[in-house]
Amino acid sequence: MSKILEKIRQEQAKKEGVPEFTIGDTVHVHVKIKEGDKERVQLFTGTVIARNGRGATETFTVRRISYGEGVERVFPVHAPCLAKVEVEKSGRVRRAKLYYLRKRTGKATKLDEGAEAETPAAKAKA
Amino acid sequence: MQALIGKKLGMTQVYDAQGVHVPVTALQVGPCVVVQLKTVAKEGYDAAQLGFGERKAKNAGKAQEGHCKKAGVALQRTLREVQLDAGESLKVGDVVGAAQFKDVTFVDVLGVTKGRGFQGVVKRHGFGGGPASHGHMAHRRPGSIGNRTWPSRVFKNRRMGGHMGFVNVTTQNLKVVQVREEDNVILVRGAVPGPTGSILLVRKAIKKAAKK
Repeated sequence: MSKILEKIRQEQAKKEGVPEFTIGDTVHVHVKIKEGDKERVQLFTGTVIARNGRGATETFTVRRISYGEGVERVFPVHAPCLAKVEVEKSGRVRRAKLYYLRKRTGKATKLDEGAEAETPAAKAKA
Repeated sequence: MQALIGKKLGMTQVYDAQGVHVPVTALQVGPCVVVQLKTVAKEGYDAAQLGFGERKAKNAGKAQEGHCKKAGVALQRTLREVQLDAGESLKVGDVVGAAQFKDVTFVDVLGVTKGRGFQGVVKRHGFGGGPASHGHMAHRRPGSIGNRTWPSRVFKNRRMGGHMGFVNVTTQNLKVVQVREEDNVILVRGAVPGPTGSILLVRKAIKKAAKK
């Protein structure tokens, strides 16, 4: 890849680093919203079901059930409108993409808690 | 300078002042060197011949070698003639770059599209093709190409399969998102013809310029 292109991509990346979270986490995404000249923060709470892409163009998908209707929002990881991403709890998952949650409703969408249980590092400890 | 020779570096995305991400193509424009000046006195019009890129001596013909030697510049990969702005004065050997596009909001990009080889009518002309199943066999065929004993020939311009791509294309009115003078790079919104690394002509937009 061209060095200049790499430079442009790095400039676009967040200076303070990418928020830490992983697939299966339940997160509160703080989104900055501009209304006229005022700015406020809106929360989007849901499960991270996918991360796509790499570097400056990386995105993640958050799914939630809103008034009985499934809603998914895709956020660029480096978007300036992302104030922060708070992890509420981690779910134990065995896939990189949790698209199977789309077919499930109600209690079946719940993920087991404790992401550590399945990671190789945790297994070595046990 | 109405245009510069450039190279497509590839695409990425940047965030604008509103925080919206914009798909951009990075174009290397320059350094372009003035190799020859055409004048009203000699050629009947004013223009500049620009050179871009490097060429090894073993790859250059005698004619090009002599042409560049006369101008006192290094061997160039590409030479293109471009129009001058009104009242612009240049010398042979002058180097121009991305700074030319500092106050430009829209550009046209001329390039050669990716070659697709021999393609059928579905890809080349957007024909619908035939049904996929239920006994049909005309999946991607063009269908009938004309009548019978009259006119007993196929009319000209009948759209058929054939070579696709590798043609000159101009993409007009691309917005200039960023000008990076230090790298001789500009970012334009959207895609430009050709593969990464292809040589392009980047021109101040003709149609948008008239409006301003």
